[in-house]
Amino acid sequence: MAHDSLYAAPTTAEAEPGAGRLAGLRGLVGSWDAVIVAALVVVVLVASLTVENFASGRNAQFLLLDLMPLALIALPMTLIVITGEIDLSVASMVGLCSTLMGQLWLSSGLSLELICVLVVLLGAVLGAVNGLFVTGFGLPSLAVTIGTLALYRGMSFVVLGDQAVADFPADWTAAVVRAIPGTSIPVVVVPLLLLAVVFGVVLHATAAGRALYAMGNNDQAATFTGVSVARTKFWLFVVSGAVCGLVGIFWTLRYASARGDNATGLELTVVTAVLLGGVSIFGGRGALLGVVAGVLLLGVLRNALQLADVDANALTIVTGSLLIASVVLPNAVADVRARLHRRRQRHAVAS
Amino acid sequence: MSAYRRGLRVGATSLALAALLLNAACGGTTRDNSTDDPGAGNQASGAANPDAAIKAGLKIAFLPKALNNPYFTVSDNGGKDAVTEFKGEFKEVGPSEASASSQVSYINTLSQQGMDVIVTSANDPNAICGALNQAKAAGAKIVTFDSDTKPECRQIFVNQVTAEGIAENQVKLISQQIGGEGEIAILSATANATNQNAWIALMKTELTKPEYSKIKLVTVAYGNDDDQKSFQETQGLLQSYPNLKGIISPTTVGVAAAGRYLSGSQYKGKVKLTGLGTPNQMRQYVKDGTVDAFALWSPADLGYLAAYAGAALASGQITGAEGDKFKAGKLGEFTVGKDGVVILGPPTVFDKNNIDQFQF
Repeated sequence: MAHDSLYAAPTTAEAEPGAGRLAGLRGLVGSWDAVIVAALVVVVLVASLTVENFASGRNAQFLLLDLMPLALIALPMTLIVITGEIDLSVASMVGLCSTLMGQLWLSSGLSLELICVLVVLLGAVLGAVNGLFVTGFGLPSLAVTIGTLALYRGMSFVVLGDQAVADFPADWTAAVVRAIPGTSIPVVVVPLLLLAVVFGVVLHATAAGRALYAMGNNDQAATFTGVSVARTKFWLFVVSGAVCGLVGIFWTLRYASARGDNATGLELTVVTAVLLGGVSIFGGRGALLGVVAGVLLLGVLRNALQLADVDANALTIVTGSLLIASVVLPNAVADVRARLHRRRQRHAVAS
Repeated sequence: MSAYRRGLRVGATSLALAALLLNAACGGTTRDNSTDDPGAGNQASGAANPDAAIKAGLKIAFLPKALNNPYFTVSDNGGKDAVTEFKGEFKEVGPSEASASSQVSYINTLSQQGMDVIVTSANDPNAICGALNQAKAAGAKIVTFDSDTKPECRQIFVNQVTAEGIAENQVKLISQQIGGEGEIAILSATANATNQNAWIALMKTELTKPEYSKIKLVTVAYGNDDDQKSFQETQGLLQSYPNLKGIISPTTVGVAAAGRYLSGSQYKGKVKLTGLGTPNQMRQYVKDGTVDAFALWSPADLGYLAAYAGAALASGQITGAEGDKFKAGKLGEFTVGKDGVVILGPPTVFDKNNIDQFQF
């Protein structure tokens, strides 16, 4: 309850605490989603009009390919953050899955199809280790996954050392960057969309999804309503690991290079995108649509600024500022609303 | 808890089944039966016209391994001087951290912007290949400098010196400084850096020569071209190997960080340090006696030559074939060697007598 009160304490002064507060929150979430989608539309329009070479099919293809890893990992991350946990080891899991894929291809003689399946399973195992520490031993996920962030990254350098594996078959490496015939949309966007729909349905249209919000708001209350908090969270970490396995495969094939430092630093971009998408870092709040818009907003902004020859350091500053804005703004809006509400109530009482 | 276990078992079983099914269903691509694409063949196409003038207004972009690296700042400025000389348009872009994937997105951007020449230093010889080939298909000429890609992904590689030249120079410098015997270590950049690994391999070969038989290379440490990490790695080396006599750090970031650590420690002057560094960064350590001598080619000349090579390609003076000749402004004439490699020349050794003549 402690974290929740950071947000909603002012509204508890209302006459009917439960109903009014929920409606307020829902309104706020809805509005933030709308803000992000609107921001995305504005940025795309402005970029198309002012940035040369932005509005072209080829650029869209580059942009979407660059966004794939971020978009894929953001899906399970959204669910995890909604339950009030976090997984910071994602980029390291991608790196480790990538080097494992390279090592298996280099020395095992297995078929690439089987290796891909194994890599996703290995990713799931890595995620299960996170899940076990968090739910089995009840440790904070922030601490656990900072630990595995370093651990998995270290292991990925153990697996391949200083070499890189690059001799993947050309038809495989070409397949991941190929566009859908007749368009400039990469084919890999299709599985991404399918996954996004699955995650969206699970989160917003099932009992399990509602349970995730309940956990984020109050673990204990969720437990009392019959939700197995530990089990659900455990599987979320497993899913996160498996998705990282997928991203590891994509990354390796797209860059035709399996190496220990693949995807370094990606975890922070993922968290930025998720928070920008309106998911509360304290859990219990957020929607998948907002996150998808957040991912796109981040990608479009980076791409457009790069095309406009904005310095890389300035790009990093933009990303950082967006992250802070995405955390501060919803808070500030909630605060202002609560104050307005109280003033109106006081007026009502006085008159 | 039993429900928890059941869930685990069901999950694991279904995943394993899926794996088996998938593998049974497909014949499978294995390492042995996959046909490796030999690449687009040699890129040298069309005839070179050595008398062609350098076109005016060529758009030339420099994409270093990362921005904020003084070495690349200097070489990119050398490139800028050259581009100004032949009246082209120069620009420098790059990621803020040295990663191959971020270079790919910059290469895509540059090819989208319709650059005539992309001059880059590769963070990974393979990872940026696809993007470079796309840029080439879109009409850009590709020149690599400092760190190469696979030869089929670029037209020209401007190599600072031969790798043998560096290995020879570095081993000779450290041997002179430690008196020809004792334990030495290498402090490198990232574990994947193409050039670093080539040099280290050749240094190991060089050390097998009889005149170096009393020198023992104990380890190679990686400072990731990060100042703080290199500093800590130096500290770690001295703690792990108390008999260490010398360190070779063939990277500008590493050698400066190692110099800073040594100059403030009890090992100053006792443990010798050499490597590849810039005079401006190393000046104080040479003057305070921490470092006797170190080496480097001129990074400005390297960028200058790379820009001229790109302009010669884009103007049709050369195609990147072996034997092609072109003029590079103040540096004179260069000949393209095997695999499209152009070599700048031997490294310069800096010591307390000559260091003040160099400002970069």
